[in-house]
Amino acid sequence: MKRVYVNEEWCLGCHLCEYNCAFANSGLKDMAFALKDKKIFPRIHVEGDDKITFAVSCRHCSDPLCVKSCIAGAISKTDGVVKIDRTKCVGCLTCVLVCPYGALAPGENGTMQKCELCLENACGEPACVTGCPNKAIVYEERGDGE
Amino acid sequence: MKRYVIVGNGAAAVGCIEGIRAVDAKGEITVVSQEDRPVYGRPLISYYLMGKTDLAKMNYRPADFYEKNGCRVLYGRRAVALDPEKKTVTLDEGKPLPYDALCIATGSRPFVPPFEGLDTVEKKYSFMTLDDALALEGALSETARVLIVGAGLIGLKCAEGIKDRVGRITVCDLADRVLSSILDDDCAAVVQKRLEENGIDFLLGDTAVRFDGNTAEMKSGKSVDFDVLVLAVGVRANVDLVKEAGGTVNRGIVVDKACATDLPSVYAAGDCAEGFDASIGQNRVLAILPNAYLQGHTAGSNMAGGDDLLSNAIPMNSIGFFGLHVMTAGAYDGEMTEEKSEGGIKRFFVKDGLLRGYILIGDTERAGIYTSLVREKTPLSTVDFDLTKKYASNLIFSRENRRKKFGGVV
Repeated sequence: MKRVYVNEEWCLGCHLCEYNCAFANSGLKDMAFALKDKKIFPRIHVEGDDKITFAVSCRHCSDPLCVKSCIAGAISKTDGVVKIDRTKCVGCLTCVLVCPYGALAPGENGTMQKCELCLENACGEPACVTGCPNKAIVYEERGDGE
Repeated sequence: MKRYVIVGNGAAAVGCIEGIRAVDAKGEITVVSQEDRPVYGRPLISYYLMGKTDLAKMNYRPADFYEKNGCRVLYGRRAVALDPEKKTVTLDEGKPLPYDALCIATGSRPFVPPFEGLDTVEKKYSFMTLDDALALEGALSETARVLIVGAGLIGLKCAEGIKDRVGRITVCDLADRVLSSILDDDCAAVVQKRLEENGIDFLLGDTAVRFDGNTAEMKSGKSVDFDVLVLAVGVRANVDLVKEAGGTVNRGIVVDKACATDLPSVYAAGDCAEGFDASIGQNRVLAILPNAYLQGHTAGSNMAGGDDLLSNAIPMNSIGFFGLHVMTAGAYDGEMTEEKSEGGIKRFFVKDGLLRGYILIGDTERAGIYTSLVREKTPLSTVDFDLTKKYASNLIFSRENRRKKFGGVV
């Protein structure tokens, strides 16, 4: 299945992916209205220093410890996509404790959020990918992981 | 067709069902559920009392879970005996259940010390099950004075859960600090302060020795008046089925890395089991939900003919009180280094070039990166550990390692 992959050699560290992610998941039509002067809670984040930068989001891994560890049964994996039911989440952060990639973080209301590949929002494909100015983030098929 | 029996209906049982179905789509699965309800997230009971979740959302799996997985669930039934030779489980009523493979996932029960005068206390509760929480809820009132015996994970989550629904809460514990099983003195003091700021009173290094109606007499000679008593002293693994059938039992049912007991075709998982703890290199009961699921899944897979080993289980906790998050993992063994920031404290324990364990108070961002260093026993010589003490970051790994993680299928 298609996943989001990053090529850190091409990452400019511009953080546009974070803004595009927050906008895509805001449900709003106007980017300035959605994000201006607000603290954003993107589901992808750029890590690095002054030399190396790269974007990190959920790997939708084949052995998702977050799914197995969630005390609320709020995280599940269907058709290769790890999803969270935020109405069930109580914000205990056990998924943060176990995710080896550091890919989950709480949203504005304290419940957890994660990359769901923009399949459920209006974008239909990952907004971080379509908006990446240097194609450092791609959405493609690479191998047979479930 | 293989016949599977699972005794218990918590997270370990769900792991077992999903583990079986990953290997065997057809075999018959029977679940013996003492609680008269489908599986729910047991650690959610304090969040329920706080109003952060409700009974409908507490379901650990969707309503059609058992049906979709072809499970027959016997609600309100109790397993009373196990015959490993005949391969049957005897229930409190009805015919014995035959099995080809059995998983014991019976969890634990509250340990109640033989307090003098406990029978004179009218409103006393444990805090393990949803029934316990509902019973306690019935006793709450705006003026109620609550005494909680035990300042461990259960007692303190209970305190947080009921704080806004009662008049006063006092927590006592024989230990001289809160969360004594997972925190050192300094970190415990920070957590205790947060709880005190939110109106929880403590009597530490002191415990109730005698009850007389609504009064507890303490070891120190003090006395505490209360309306509601919560006993959260500790838990005991439910091991009797295996013990009486001749299986090896220590503090829990002893299992190997395949989660098999030493009785043929009998597995055990969850809070009742004592499996391999990679952080100390020996068996230990790891009574945490993620471990229950993982053990259950391992057991289920192996029951169905799979070949799974759970070799990297470690103790780990994520727990929060009034917005202060605490995470711990591994063993507090070796040289301790500390990073303090405005947001919190991080303590790392390093020995023989490995991160053996950690305690994080407040700043828990991306803590799973630390947990993976402990769990995978990553040599610290291969990562930039100094860099990551302040901020957990994937920058500490080599470029090649990152290419695999973020450019490959994992």
